[in-house]
Amino acid sequence: MHIAVCIKQILDPEISPRAFKIDPERKVADPGSASMVIGPFDLNALEVAIQLKERHGGKITVLTLGSADAQDGLRRALAMGADAAVLIDDADVVAVEPSVTARALAAAIRRLDGVDLVLTGRQSGEWDFGQVGALLAEELGMPFVPFVPRLDVVDAGFKLEREADGGLVVVEAPRPCVASITNANDNQPRLPKVKDIMMAKRKPITTYSAAELGLGEAEAGAGANRLEVLDLFIPEVTSECEFVEGEDGAEKGAALARKLAERKVI
Amino acid sequence: MNIVVIGWGSDGAGLTSAVREVLGGARRLADASGGQVVAGALGAAAQDAEAMIAHGADRVLTVEHAALGEADADAYVDAAEAVCRQAGEALVLLPGDRLGWEMAPRLAHRLGAGLVTDCVSVEWDGGRFVMTKPVYGGKAMARLAVTTATQVALVRARTMEALEAAAERTGTVEALSVSPSGGRVRVLERKQEETRGRVRLEDAPVVVSGGRGLGGPEPFETLDEIAQLLGGAVGASLAAVDAGWVPPQAQVGQTGKSVAPDLYIAVGISGASQHVAGMSNSKTIVAINKDPEAPIFRVAHLGVVGDYKEVLPAFLAELRRIKGA
Repeated sequence: MHIAVCIKQILDPEISPRAFKIDPERKVADPGSASMVIGPFDLNALEVAIQLKERHGGKITVLTLGSADAQDGLRRALAMGADAAVLIDDADVVAVEPSVTARALAAAIRRLDGVDLVLTGRQSGEWDFGQVGALLAEELGMPFVPFVPRLDVVDAGFKLEREADGGLVVVEAPRPCVASITNANDNQPRLPKVKDIMMAKRKPITTYSAAELGLGEAEAGAGANRLEVLDLFIPEVTSECEFVEGEDGAEKGAALARKLAERKVI
Repeated sequence: MNIVVIGWGSDGAGLTSAVREVLGGARRLADASGGQVVAGALGAAAQDAEAMIAHGADRVLTVEHAALGEADADAYVDAAEAVCRQAGEALVLLPGDRLGWEMAPRLAHRLGAGLVTDCVSVEWDGGRFVMTKPVYGGKAMARLAVTTATQVALVRARTMEALEAAAERTGTVEALSVSPSGGRVRVLERKQEETRGRVRLEDAPVVVSGGRGLGGPEPFETLDEIAQLLGGAVGASLAAVDAGWVPPQAQVGQTGKSVAPDLYIAVGISGASQHVAGMSNSKTIVAINKDPEAPIFRVAHLGVVGDYKEVLPAFLAELRRIKGA
């Protein structure tokens, strides 16, 4: 079984709002001294893939679109348990929005041998367009199952749990298919051991240029993007919080209930 | 410009609030940009074609087919595509529930259109549509324009306003004949959401949420008692879900559910942007947290700085007294 996992390296989403700055020229976040990390849901997707490999064997190829810096994320994924990595060099891929990203990833996935399952995080944790999984399914002509916390192999293909409107649904999808992974307590990413981090340095990273993937200006140039960012701004928050007074927690708790009644909220 | 609304589902009595909201938003955008509202009524929503007109549509295209009985996105994308082809160049709006998130990218791909997901506003501004969405976990907002002729926007729940139903509004209803494909992904089992016989989180007038600060699953039982007393539901932050204290269906936030109840009580929740993005439209927000610097107090209307272990029992006792329970 060959599992392809698409990841994105993003600005650490845990940085405090106070440290968060915007580069007004380029209309993106200014990373400053903050570190770059693999997107949180992409990590859940990696964990799901690794658990699947542990149960059934197989191979995991992790893919990303980015610059040479994105190799850090790929190395991290290799240390967690992926077997091979593909970097799509973004020098000639201007991905302002996910349709270009998905086109580039699909072109690279087509070059892999016999992929049975393609996983993505449900959204990046950065611009959060949440489209790449569904777009990959369209590009590759595969069925798509979104919002999946866990899945397993069955005779017919895969049995997947998915979040849907109104509850969880268990579905069956044929091989190959695309699934986007959502967070759950049983797919929290493992921390690689020092030994694994050392080993990961010897695992292969294949780099493709846009041209090698058959992507020209029309497919991956600036003009291929279907969205234009007009403005990126930090919303102003004006606090109007009234703090409930009291000697201790219990007094404040009772006072809170009375205040809600006074305000006719309850 | 014409505005297409793709609507599906039924709340048992008629159109869902999500569809009514998007129809209301579409009506305003059509009036501003000089166009018509074309509504696609898919599956169960086809029964409510007249209600769609009363809520703002000029023209309703219904698609009914057995394949639309289940929420099979393959079939729904085919049906939505047929509606859009019929309507021509347009701004296409879809409600941002789970099926919407699943359909919208695939529909946009087939139409060769740009898509903005999670829109909290769509405006007609200087001769074009401008979509606003939260990014970087809610730390920033982006204003975007779609550069293709047909444009697609996925609209977050409770960000557009429904119109009062007006029986005097007129419009046309046509049935589209579509044979949607589907059946590639087969439903084996539905695990209905556990609501313990009470309101769903999204519909609850009161939401009592807990976060990392609660330290474990047990305190959620107290939250549940408070929610029961107030006729509400229990929610949680991402941290509490990831810790396994509560099921993922309880998660409120950008990647969980968006709620906008009359009263939102956040206990032991620091107020990460991505959580706030899912609840900041609540009418009254109460925060209980021992850290006076917690960002949740910046969006709260009423704050209690204290240990929930002391605050909650007294709060619950006083609530019971007030409610006479």
